[in-house]
Amino acid sequence: MLVSIYRYNPDTDEKPFMQDVQVQLPEDKDLMVLDVLALAKQQDPSVAYRRSCREGVCGSDGMNINGNNGLACITPMSSVVKPSGKLVLRPLPGLPVIRDLVVDMSIFYKQYEKIKPYLINDTAPPAIERLQSPEDREKLDGLYECILCACCSTNCPSFWWNPDKFIGPAGLLQAYRFLADTRDTGNVERLAGLDDPFSVFRCRGVMNCVAVCPKGLNPTRAIGHIRSMLIQQGT
Amino acid sequence: MVTNVTNLGRSGLYDWIVQRFSAIILAAYSLCILANFVMNPDMDYQTWSSIFESNAMRFFSLITLFALCAHAWIGLWTVSTDYMTSLQLGESATFLRIMFQAGCVLLIAVYLLWGIQIFWGN
Repeated sequence: MLVSIYRYNPDTDEKPFMQDVQVQLPEDKDLMVLDVLALAKQQDPSVAYRRSCREGVCGSDGMNINGNNGLACITPMSSVVKPSGKLVLRPLPGLPVIRDLVVDMSIFYKQYEKIKPYLINDTAPPAIERLQSPEDREKLDGLYECILCACCSTNCPSFWWNPDKFIGPAGLLQAYRFLADTRDTGNVERLAGLDDPFSVFRCRGVMNCVAVCPKGLNPTRAIGHIRSMLIQQGT
Repeated sequence: MVTNVTNLGRSGLYDWIVQRFSAIILAAYSLCILANFVMNPDMDYQTWSSIFESNAMRFFSLITLFALCAHAWIGLWTVSTDYMTSLQLGESATFLRIMFQAGCVLLIAVYLLWGIQIFWGN
């Protein structure tokens, strides 16, 4: 199979280019994209990409696979390319490329940092732990599972246009994760930080984030909940 | 740098609500005009101008005009801060964006005054 990989080394290359590598795939197996990338790297060891857990938990190998963002380690080849087709791998769009498929995620983490991704509670800590009922705990389902792979935010046009001001779907999903947490008492302060015209309200409901999330999460719904909370607090 | 200095309400929530409310007014006015056409199949200039002679219709038109202006400004401000940023246009982005926004303000002001003159003038 032909694998086309985005290559760019700022130290030596004037501009990015696509490199075609022929990879022999085993006939009886449906490999993951990451496995195919490893086979390509055997032929050209200079290809750079991030990977770690290889099972969709660490979020390191988010990349653009045949036009859609996804985690290479849990994307089966059969789901992205026909047997006679070509596999095209590019870095996550919208972020500066450090080298090949490795992007600089600083601005993504900066947006994550803005939403204060930690529990705020100004009451005295109990002797053992802050308890939560099973019903209240259920409210966090579909929110806490985010692994911050950035597949959603880098597939969002609003994030491409204003990456320094729009929090992006990943950050907003986490913002709602804390807003929905009954143990958190910082809602007023959290919502005040999201009320400007950019942080939340740049979401146009394009829902690219929902389409590409490798964990099957729904940031658009979480953004809708944040908007409702802002309306309730602001009116 | 894109900022919210030129934004209508300086608050995303305020803009969001104004945009939705103005959209409802615009939709209601469109339906009202459509209904007038349906009820008057032989519409001529006399009928058309008599519709706008009643104060109720004049007030409705004025409110719609304000709603249209607010709606247009929020929309165009958003478009300009999405597409006319330094990421897309480089260093001249702020100048071009302010020029575009100034043009929009001017156009909206002209339409507003002209509209008031049309609906309330002699």
